[in-house]
Amino acid sequence: MEPFHAEPNYIIEEAPVFSSGHNACPGCGEALAVRYVLNSMGPKTVAVIPPSCIAIISGPQPYSSMRIPVYQTTLEASAASAAGIRRALVRQGKDDVNVLVIAGDGGTYDIGFQALSGAAERNEDMVYVCLDNEGYMNTGAQKSSSTPYLAYTTSTPGGKPNDKKDIAEIMAAHRVPYVATATVGYPEDLARKVAKAKEMRGLRFIVVLTPCLDGWGVPDDGAVRVSRLAVQTGFFPLYEVEEGERYAINVGPTPGWPVERYLETQRRYRHLTADQVAAIQAHVDHKWSLLHARAKVECVPMFQGAEI
Amino acid sequence: MSAITTTAKVRAVTGNQAVALAMKQIDPDVVAAYPITPQTDVVQTFSQYVADGAVRAEFVTAESEHSAMSACIGSAAAGARTMTATSSAGFALMWEVLFVAASMRLPLVMTTVNRALSGPINIHCDHSDSMGGRDTGWLQIYNEDAQEAYDATVMSFPIAEHAAVRLPLMNMYDGFIISGAIGPLVPLSDGQVQAFVGEAPPYKHLLQPNDPITVGPFDGLHGWYFEHKIAQNRAMEAALPVIQETYDRFAELTGRRYHHLMTYGMEDAEVALVVIGSAAGTARSVMKQLREEGIKAGIVKIRTFRPFPTEELARVLSGVKAVGIMDRADSYGAQGGPLYLEVLAALYQRDVQAKTVNFVYGLGGRDLFPQNIEDAFRTLEAAAGGADLPYYRIYLNMKGE
Repeated sequence: MEPFHAEPNYIIEEAPVFSSGHNACPGCGEALAVRYVLNSMGPKTVAVIPPSCIAIISGPQPYSSMRIPVYQTTLEASAASAAGIRRALVRQGKDDVNVLVIAGDGGTYDIGFQALSGAAERNEDMVYVCLDNEGYMNTGAQKSSSTPYLAYTTSTPGGKPNDKKDIAEIMAAHRVPYVATATVGYPEDLARKVAKAKEMRGLRFIVVLTPCLDGWGVPDDGAVRVSRLAVQTGFFPLYEVEEGERYAINVGPTPGWPVERYLETQRRYRHLTADQVAAIQAHVDHKWSLLHARAKVECVPMFQGAEI
Repeated sequence: MSAITTTAKVRAVTGNQAVALAMKQIDPDVVAAYPITPQTDVVQTFSQYVADGAVRAEFVTAESEHSAMSACIGSAAAGARTMTATSSAGFALMWEVLFVAASMRLPLVMTTVNRALSGPINIHCDHSDSMGGRDTGWLQIYNEDAQEAYDATVMSFPIAEHAAVRLPLMNMYDGFIISGAIGPLVPLSDGQVQAFVGEAPPYKHLLQPNDPITVGPFDGLHGWYFEHKIAQNRAMEAALPVIQETYDRFAELTGRRYHHLMTYGMEDAEVALVVIGSAAGTARSVMKQLREEGIKAGIVKIRTFRPFPTEELARVLSGVKAVGIMDRADSYGAQGGPLYLEVLAALYQRDVQAKTVNFVYGLGGRDLFPQNIEDAFRTLEAAAGGADLPYYRIYLNMKGE
């Protein structure tokens, strides 16, 4: 199989929205994601941020790392809050202002999912970015429904028994205008997707894999390397879906790179047996084949040629 | 009770239709809501106005009350005049964010059609929903009938948006008894409502792209949460005169005069009932009969519950020998229902030496008959005469008693 590559010539254009001196841990993958998301969205943006590491990065009062208006909402209500802000802006004729949610995986996959699904069904006009570090890292690395199969968290000390929820596919099934996966190890891909989403209307959803150094057990300089390995081993393919059906794979696995290369970089997988690694590999292969099929699918009428 | 002038055009409407009409005439910028019995046709009627182009409002069909209130908060924070409506479980689901709306000092207006909380599941009226929310930081106005609910809705934004107040406001009326029953309504014209409500006084919208600030932020580990809460309470205190001024301005327009407390027969009353909501009508009619018998009975109807009109209540009850406090919500393990505790504190602080009895009634829509009111007054008469009361809390019309 041929590897897929991101568009290498994309030039990231950053507006100075995100400031240095914020409260993220040194080397934090999420802070890098916040930078590319905010700076690609630009200054004419209102951000909605639920309680999360992102809120810590955004700043406790009286500080802010973001040169835009921010509403730090409740954990489960980001999409609903953003919908309300958008409707107010519509009523005021302020059509040139972006409404942006930046939420974690807990606030997206779990407690915030109802509000997100409702907003997606109504196709509320917002860019919703989920910074996915695969657990409740702000409260000390508990399991979320985004935590991958067999990963250690403090609430799944024996390894998570269930698979990670596939939020990109769930959002694509809402048939919203735009769904994309991205990660901080491919900043040009991330920035391009945010810039693309910004120019569209309706609910646009981007899930960004953002390694948590402490929660995953990764050294301070490891976020980007681990993020790239997630893509290169097929664990987290980078792709886009328009209108719930037009798939495009941007970066897929490097042929011959086993998922073990990704798993062995992180403390949360240190307990895995060889059989468990093999099970994860089989799972990754299967999911990749499904995505590959969806991206290349040709429409064949189900009853073509059938005799009546 | 609202006077209906003979010259005005009287309409026959349900309480919910009356409030939907007021919402249409106000034409807020944004309405976000979720249907729940018995609030449903407030929003349903309003959505028809939206579909007909009779209003300009943005209408959000939220997927839950939590999201409805969250959308309302986002909308109001962005400077839009915003309304919603709910009942019971929907109110309970909003619980968390009701506090957020108040702490952000957003002048939202919500209709709460009172309904019992589960369980067991019960769709009928009592006050356990909004009474449970009495400490959320919202202004609370209780209404007796459709006319009062309509009038209160029209008066809401001038109170909530007042520069000295800046608090969310909820209007209550009894589920089914008022929300679904048809009663008389003398509406204002669209122009009168628009003129009365007026433009929102200028204030700094929280979410303005040209003036970036963070709203609702994490308060830090040693922040100003305490002072923030005190500021909310001071706004509550400031609201008391603002509400009365608004009532007075409304009286100039309509002739319908409201007060925090509406009193009936209290000039010389020796026994009195303190009531909230639609029960006031039943209580008033029984009171009149008893007065014909020579019993000096009186009624105090509480409209403004948050802020609580403590001074006024103590003054009104100062000459009374025995007071019955009628609660349509119970407080488990407490010394009485929420209204009882509130009244008791007001009397004790002002050294008003009346005997007090807590009558709990109407839970889950249980009927309140004139006989129940009469029994309550007879109990108060006995108490006023020096009889010992076996219970401080008496349940009216309970099965098996």
